[in-house]
Amino acid sequence: MSPRRDARKARIALTVNGEERDVVFAGYKTLLEVLREDLGLTGTKHGCELGECGACAVLVDGQPVLSCLLLAVECAGADVTTVEGLARGPALSLLQAAFADKGAAQCGYCTPGILVTAQALLERKAHPTRAEIAEALSGNLCRCTGYLQIFEAVEEAARAEPHAQGPAAGRPHVRTEAGA
Amino acid sequence: MMRAPDFRYHAARSVKDAARALKDGGPDAMLIAGGTDLVPNLKRRQQTPALLIGIRHLRELRRIRNGKGLMIGGAVRLSEVAADRKVLRHYPALARAAGLVATPQIRNMGTLGGNLCLDTRCTYYNQSYEWRQAINFCMKAPGATGGHACATPTGDAICWVATSSPRCWAVSSTDTAPALIALGARVTLVSSDGERDIPLEELYADDGMAYLTKSADEILTVVHLPPEDAAVRSTYWKLRRRGSFDFPVLGVAAAVRFGEGNTVSDARVVLGAVASHPVLVPESAELVGRRLTDDVVEAFADAAAAHAKPMDNTDLALGWRKKVARRYVAGALRELKEAHAAK
Amino acid sequence: MKVVGQARRRVDARAKVTGQTRFADDVVLPRMLYGKLLRSAHPHALIVEIAASAARAAPGVHLVLTGADFPTAYGIMPVSQDEHALCRGKVRYVGDPVAAVIAASEREAADALALIRVTYEPLATIASPEEALRTAEPRIQDYGEGPNLHRLAHFAFGDVEPALAGADQVFEDVFFYQGSTHLSLEQHATVAALDADGRLTLWSSTQTPHYLHRELARALDMPAHHIRVIATPNGGGFGGKSDPFNHEIVAAKAALVTGRPVKITLTREEVFYAHRGRHPVLMRLKTGVRQDGTIVAMDLETLLDGGAYGSYGPASTLYTGQLQTVTYHVPRYRFRACRAFTNKPPCGPKRGHGTPQPRFAQEVQLDKIAVALGRDPADLRLQQLAPANSVTANWLTIGSMGLKPCIERVVQGSAWRERRGQLPFGRGLGMACSSYLCGAGLPIYWNEMPHSGVQLQLDRSGRVTVFCGATEIGQGSDDVLAAIIAEVLGLETTDIKLVTGDTDLTPVDLGSYSSRVTLMMGNAAIQAAERAKAILSASAGQKLGLPAERVAFADRRVFDVENPSAGMAFQEAVVAAEVEHGTLGTTGSYRPPRSAARYRGGGVGPSVAYSYTAAVVEVEVDPATGWVRVSKVWIGHDIGRVINPVLARGQVEGGVYMGLGEALMEEQAFRRLPPRLSSALVHKIPSMLEYKSPTALEMPEVVTYFIEDPDPSGPFGAKEVGQGPLLPIAPAVANAVFDAVGVRVDQVPITPDLVLAALGAKAKGKSGRVGPEAFPAVPWPEALVVPPPWEGGNGKAINEPAKSRDALPTHHSGTAGVKV
Ligand SMILES: Cc1cc2nc3c(=O)[nH]c(=O)nc-3n(C[C@H](O)[C@H](O)[C@H](O)COP(=O)(O)OP(=O)(O)OC[C@H]3O[C@@H](n4cnc5c(N)ncnc54)[C@H](O)[C@@H]3O)c2cc1C
Ligand code: SF4
Ligand code: FES
Ligand code: FES
Repeated sequence: MSPRRDARKARIALTVNGEERDVVFAGYKTLLEVLREDLGLTGTKHGCELGECGACAVLVDGQPVLSCLLLAVECAGADVTTVEGLARGPALSLLQAAFADKGAAQCGYCTPGILVTAQALLERKAHPTRAEIAEALSGNLCRCTGYLQIFEAVEEAARAEPHAQGPAAGRPHVRTEAGA
Repeated sequence: MMRAPDFRYHAARSVKDAARALKDGGPDAMLIAGGTDLVPNLKRRQQTPALLIGIRHLRELRRIRNGKGLMIGGAVRLSEVAADRKVLRHYPALARAAGLVATPQIRNMGTLGGNLCLDTRCTYYNQSYEWRQAINFCMKAPGATGGHACATPTGDAICWVATSSPRCWAVSSTDTAPALIALGARVTLVSSDGERDIPLEELYADDGMAYLTKSADEILTVVHLPPEDAAVRSTYWKLRRRGSFDFPVLGVAAAVRFGEGNTVSDARVVLGAVASHPVLVPESAELVGRRLTDDVVEAFADAAAAHAKPMDNTDLALGWRKKVARRYVAGALRELKEAHAAK
Repeated sequence: MKVVGQARRRVDARAKVTGQTRFADDVVLPRMLYGKLLRSAHPHALIVEIAASAARAAPGVHLVLTGADFPTAYGIMPVSQDEHALCRGKVRYVGDPVAAVIAASEREAADALALIRVTYEPLATIASPEEALRTAEPRIQDYGEGPNLHRLAHFAFGDVEPALAGADQVFEDVFFYQGSTHLSLEQHATVAALDADGRLTLWSSTQTPHYLHRELARALDMPAHHIRVIATPNGGGFGGKSDPFNHEIVAAKAALVTGRPVKITLTREEVFYAHRGRHPVLMRLKTGVRQDGTIVAMDLETLLDGGAYGSYGPASTLYTGQLQTVTYHVPRYRFRACRAFTNKPPCGPKRGHGTPQPRFAQEVQLDKIAVALGRDPADLRLQQLAPANSVTANWLTIGSMGLKPCIERVVQGSAWRERRGQLPFGRGLGMACSSYLCGAGLPIYWNEMPHSGVQLQLDRSGRVTVFCGATEIGQGSDDVLAAIIAEVLGLETTDIKLVTGDTDLTPVDLGSYSSRVTLMMGNAAIQAAERAKAILSASAGQKLGLPAERVAFADRRVFDVENPSAGMAFQEAVVAAEVEHGTLGTTGSYRPPRSAARYRGGGVGPSVAYSYTAAVVEVEVDPATGWVRVSKVWIGHDIGRVINPVLARGQVEGGVYMGLGEALMEEQAFRRLPPRLSSALVHKIPSMLEYKSPTALEMPEVVTYFIEDPDPSGPFGAKEVGQGPLLPIAPAVANAVFDAVGVRVDQVPITPDLVLAALGAKAKGKSGRVGPEAFPAVPWPEALVVPPPWEGGNGKAINEPAKSRDALPTHHSGTAGVKV
């Protein structure tokens, strides 16, 4: 083995799940790699790294985007929410609880990307129709469920309580299930 | 995980700054807007620029403004284009086309400028470096690029889609270009040497490799739509396997201005994803002065479909795609006729 | 019952919705290195030389491995040990791994791969089974039953010829079922590390940790008890993670050599190469019927495109015919099957393993028979269901059989009687039925030990810990295990601590394949729990002054059945038992009973129970484009007993989803370049964008009916639900297309160009059928003659040939020397 090349490192500051993080990483990485490998947030998944499956979806400034297509160097100052940021404290959010109860997570591998995408939908539209849910989730492949229980879970979460518009800062408003 | 190669990154401070950086960087520099086309190409080593110049944050490129018509900045997100009230009301073909690109998440990232400059596509080309190595590459992306050469590439002079052809037949796959060309859009191109305005159709060349006529250091800054016109109807029909993710294997954009007695006073029909450039159907002009009767529509659909030259380098069977082109053109025109009648 | 049958949040749901589930690629260890595999760019070639010195000297590189480091062959089945972790002497498909780089980062490993120079000597390629039949040389593998034929089988369960000759009508069709891949959302990943004692631990996304454990021991030449395999929760499996894989063995070897943890995660493209998916199968099906459509004999030939290696092929081959007899009564049956080697990634087990293909053939042909004879396809099926508690022509033993109510429910739900054939042109209904195993009757390697084992440990804290080798792949096996223990001991599933899929800690369970887990693990779990219950009942009974029989368990209490207020908390009962017996623990195990099929090949097909499914699919077909849209599905499934209705419905809907993907769009397609210019033979579309998997927008409404007719051999009567519901979908779609527009597409996927071509042909007065035209000549061996039960057979062949077929191949590797 010859000595390692001085890998080109980059450094940015960003907000992840409400916490400010300063992170140094190999400059070629996408946000997906930095979240998983440099920030230890392995909840965000990957199924293709080419924008073709939706498993890596996270919220950036409240909008669902694909972390595998977003260069980390372009995320300075971004406000990122991952699946780890959906629950506050030990209780599940209403959406998470509905996913758990309705069978929306089978293997659970598509779940993080779908949860954040659905969360953004509910922020935008408190009571989406089935067609609107399907459209919003049409960029997230799931090979296990056939999607129907996912739709039901989103509907269940929407029913559980009207979703107040999210607070400023683009951080999704998160309600939690009672007593969980 | 697929991983990008090394690159330097410059976050442009302004269009001017981006133009300068692009010029200074020469052939090794590339713009990155939403990155939804470029980042996969980096990971698969179709493109290995040494310098990336980021423009996604530039405020001046992110505005939708009223001028003589509507002016949409080059870095406006597709989701914003598709949801814009004015676009929805007066330029429905564009709203539809933008709203049908890729997936919701990708539309939150991808920009209108990036969509218009989207690399042409081919199932021999949109593959990993290793895959392309197994076919010994092709003329659009010879194996030597990126310093990853393994075997001596010999396929760099051939097109696998048409092996005796001297050119590349990669497919123009942008959804918004056909819609915008049908609507008569112009684009502003800015470089450090100055600025120019051209009709969008002139941005494209019928060549899978050199598919843009602009020089590499020109930045697409604004898309200009002609003033709204209550007599114009427009639509976009997209053919693909699934309701999401998939690039078009056929796009039909049509904009028709209806005049006296329901006759056509102006018409532009554009086919996407049937050639290396969006095809403005020349016979569109012949619709002027006529009514869109079934005979007229069918005859026009035949003529238009003759311009569709599908190749075996996208999804779905090529003979079938050609047949469907006819039906889609006819369908789009009928939709416009009905929309006009309903008013 | 308090737990079984109740809708519950599954035990692993919380981890899954919070991002805490640790999949294999989420495992991160200190000092971890990363591996990448160099894969062949040639479909078929001899390896002349591998020059790796530049890669060895590259930045960050710790180790380069080649085939020379892996002398021992392995393979999932004892009869086809034809794989090496890295190719030795020869590559057999584009994507076959030839070398590996282990480096400090994955990027450095990938960069260094490009520095390895491999010199190949290309060989002629074989792209299809037809070509394999024609090509004696070169051979892809140096074993098999013909030059490029892996397996050949020929069974005669009674003499079909006279029966066909005597039939009122004989229907003959050729069908083709395209290959497809699992496309689990999680790409395969593995981490290998030496533990503090110097032994090897491998975390891997595997459905079969036990088989992987055995094959690692073989391939690495290490004692198995020095290896620990931990099956991480799989991000989807569907059969695609059931083989031991190259990257697993390479990572293990690299950890042994470097002494550091090594992770290898496949890219999506590499997952397409790992494959082991649905075999493309060409089929000729000849069925003789009486005037009312009752089957008198069936004659089936199948030709499988196996890809370049054996994998589960010997089993897959037989599955393309063996289950044809458990749905409808087939008095006489001839089945011939051939699996060919081709220069493509190996095929293997995908959801339904080998059976969706012949199911498609049979169900579409039945529809044609019904139409030809003027019968309602539902009635045609109902009149000849295989009877419950019977033995089939090929000696499979059927227990409970709930297909009749399944058909009745979907007929009623879809208003079949009123609407079939009555909908406007362009809309139609189609029906199909199916059946599937609840666990293969035999293990992959011959042994007489249990197929599943469960250990229970209880202590004074009230803790109940369950140890079982079963593997959670999303299907909910952890929840089923917890539910069964909780039901027996009167607890909640959340009270049960689970330790699963860990070869160091858990008793063997053979793995998550062949829909075996609920039944086999479930029976083992009941046994272990009942044994614990007996101990607790006795001790608690003593304290309560009751005979053990009067002690009941529910709501976390142990009490007098006749006076429920007299009792104690569950924990107190455990304390009482621990006082009496000392440390508490029980075990349970399960091995299915011996099958009635005693002929060679009869090991594939038997199951202790079969599930049944009926489906009606409604489609809309655009006659102008041939586009098929599925608007609704009604599906009835005979599940025996529902353990968790939320999960059971999820399995059905997931099966429908995957079935629709295969019916309409999924294709593991290949491309061969013009031979005069190139020898390339590549996977056409190894990406999630171009391999088409239906999105949320393509999924129709699904109405699911469960038929609960408890099967005496299932835990609480439960049968499988993970695979069966996929089976009727593709033929039901094909039949619905016929009902909608009057054309037959005798192959899947049913793409719009095929439908339009059929419509065009029909308009020109030709037959409105598209599909394969011919079945090639196959050198069928002499038949193994096994008289059916009703012809005086005893489950044995009357002409058992000499035992040669299952002998191990003598040598595997190519001959060319490898210089490194
Ligand atoms: C899974 C998937 C599906 C997709 N499906 C579709 C689809 O259905 N239809 C479709 O049209 N596209 C599709 N795309 C492609 C892509 O997402 C869109 O075309 C998108 O609009 C590209 O915009 P971008 O800003 O992300 O471009 P980038 O990737 O940032 O850039 C693309 C190219 O344009 C150049 N460029 C970008 N902005 C400018 C500018 N202002 N001036 C000059 N050059 C510029 C870049 O240098 C680069 O060469 C898909 C992509 C993926 C990954
Ligand atoms: S059209 Fe021909 S040259 Fe162009 S990318 Fe495809 S194969 Fe290559
Ligand atoms: S990992 Fe598949 S879209 Fe990002
Ligand atoms: S739950 Fe497995 S991919 Fe969605």
